[in-house]
Amino acid sequence: MDYFFELLFSGLTRGSIYALIALGYTMVYGIIGLINFAHGEIYMIGAFTALVVSSVLSIYGLPLLAILVLTVLAATVWAAAYGFTVERLAYRPLRNAPRLSPLISAIGMSIFLQNFVLLAQTSDFQPFPNLIPQFAFMEPYAAIIGSTDLIILTVAALMMILLTLTIKYTRTGQAMRATAQDQKMALLVGINVDKIISITFIIGSALAAIGGLLIASHIGQINCSIGFIAGIKAFTAAVLGGIGSIPGAVLGSFILGLTEAFATGYVSSDYEDVFAFALLVLILIFRPAGLLGKATIEKV
Amino acid sequence: MIALKDIRNAIGIGLWFMFLTFPLLVIKVNPVEKTVIWRWNNMLLIGAASFVAYLVSHIILRRRDARQKRIRQGSEQITTQSNLLFLKTPKFLLALSCTGLLFALVFPALFSTYQINIMITALMYVVLGLGLNIVVGVAGLLNLGYVAFYAVGAYTYALLHLHFGLGFWAALPIGGLLSALFGILLGFPVLRLRGDYLAIVTLGFGEIIRLILENWNDFSKGPSGISNIPRPGFFGLEMSLETAIIYLYYLMICMVLFTIFVVNRLQNSRIGRAWFALREDEIACQAMGIDKTRTKLTAFALGATWAGMAGVFFAAKTTFINPASFTFLESAIILCIVVLGGMGSIVGVIVGAFVLILVPEYLRVFADYRMLAFGVVLVVMMLLRPQGIVANVRRTYTHKP
Repeated sequence: MDYFFELLFSGLTRGSIYALIALGYTMVYGIIGLINFAHGEIYMIGAFTALVVSSVLSIYGLPLLAILVLTVLAATVWAAAYGFTVERLAYRPLRNAPRLSPLISAIGMSIFLQNFVLLAQTSDFQPFPNLIPQFAFMEPYAAIIGSTDLIILTVAALMMILLTLTIKYTRTGQAMRATAQDQKMALLVGINVDKIISITFIIGSALAAIGGLLIASHIGQINCSIGFIAGIKAFTAAVLGGIGSIPGAVLGSFILGLTEAFATGYVSSDYEDVFAFALLVLILIFRPAGLLGKATIEKV
Repeated sequence: MIALKDIRNAIGIGLWFMFLTFPLLVIKVNPVEKTVIWRWNNMLLIGAASFVAYLVSHIILRRRDARQKRIRQGSEQITTQSNLLFLKTPKFLLALSCTGLLFALVFPALFSTYQINIMITALMYVVLGLGLNIVVGVAGLLNLGYVAFYAVGAYTYALLHLHFGLGFWAALPIGGLLSALFGILLGFPVLRLRGDYLAIVTLGFGEIIRLILENWNDFSKGPSGISNIPRPGFFGLEMSLETAIIYLYYLMICMVLFTIFVVNRLQNSRIGRAWFALREDEIACQAMGIDKTRTKLTAFALGATWAGMAGVFFAAKTTFINPASFTFLESAIILCIVVLGGMGSIVGVIVGAFVLILVPEYLRVFADYRMLAFGVVLVVMMLLRPQGIVANVRRTYTHKP
């Protein structure tokens, strides 16, 4: 039974990381209908910035708490800045272009960012310092759930609650929902659509950076190509739940994380990614718009 | 020309990029010796580069806007098209293709084996591009897992040779057919999906095929791959390595010509028109009585066939294959060939393949910056010329009274 719970918590941890990345995908898709292929790279950049900043600070001998706070701050700020810049440079000029153009541009951006980090830093795996302290009160449960898992779950849950509240109750959130529903109409009622889209990218990128930071200190090493597979998985999760829907992205992420954890635990660890994609194909066959997505009826 | 305001904006942009690249480009930590290297010169470089880049792009964009404004007001005629109109005349096209063909035929006599090898790769991508063009450019179904069919073709030849000793010529049609079968296999579940869902499922399919090849050791020999795949033979003749490569080169030329012929005929056939209709409007297309299921499946199957045959050629060329050759990046490159060249346009796809394969190949001097530049080119191309290098012009019929 312990093994079952271990897998359960490992699945939940994975799921919450996927959710942090998937939220960025689904928000961007909800608003401008674009698969932001560079989102995985933003997550990677967040993790790398965290690595660089925390290493520098620890070399200069700052206390652990200060390092933690500054690292989180730097990772989110820079990832958000990258997300903002990518949108301005590669997506905004293409907003009225044919559907494939922004997608290709996004693939180009993804290749560019990955190689930028490769050249600017290194292509090797870098050890990532464990920023999360071990709690003494978690000792008895260490076989089932580690302190890091607990932190990841808590932080992810907090972020999701915060995001939901922001979208539901703030003016910006309202404006975001309005833009997602109908851009032209949002413009007519006086919403600065460009600004809202920028904010969406900034929020999504910051969430991805937090995900990157958490998973990097969980696994303990990163390199410049971690963004691709994480991005694909998170996108799979977003599609699974119905892309464009925020609760859908969270649900899809947890389903994906649990499936992977149980499949690798009970069946075979070689086919971890195969299970993920097979699940996606199966769900889309029976529910072409994802689990919580609304099937749109096309009117002529 | 450049106002003070522009200079101020450019300085702002420069500062922004200096800030943006600060942690990754300036700081470098050596984790073993615990030292920090500050690379301030990189920061200055980035600042200056983005300053210049902003000014240049600003001037280019302003000129374009001004010209479009003049065209709209009618004070200037649209000149580019009439200037380039001679490019579209049949006589010019015939001369161009004859020269191209002649050059292709004498190519092995003029260049080294190394160059021929690169050319074979480029031609392979022409075939792949033309195949994907059927699916993406003509039928409008975004396929991000095209490399899976390429892998199926390559592994068909490798495994058939390994287990049954089958030769290249037997494997070529089998590889094509098997890929077509996989195309239909993928096509069936995704028939109901549209747009981005289709993209992600095909991507997942591509990854599944690669992961199976990587992990099913008994079947595919896993990551270590299959080696000693023979090059195509010529009636059992013994050939030196150099002749074998030249022979493969000519085979590839024939393959490309065959592909161009078939794809061209297909595009102007009944089924090709159905694909175009499907791309333009699915509902209207069904209302016209086109069987959507069959049309989509044939697009998938025919597109996959070319990938399968190109895969057999790939296995024969490299004589060694492993799953690492069939990653998503490969799919992305093929897709970029189609989009960069011009979707739906055969000439465009050929140009796109040569540009995307040959340019990085000859830029090996800057090997480190190759992929970086590749990414930039994709983005810039989309911004400045989203219709591709050679825009597809649909055949129109004019009424002559």
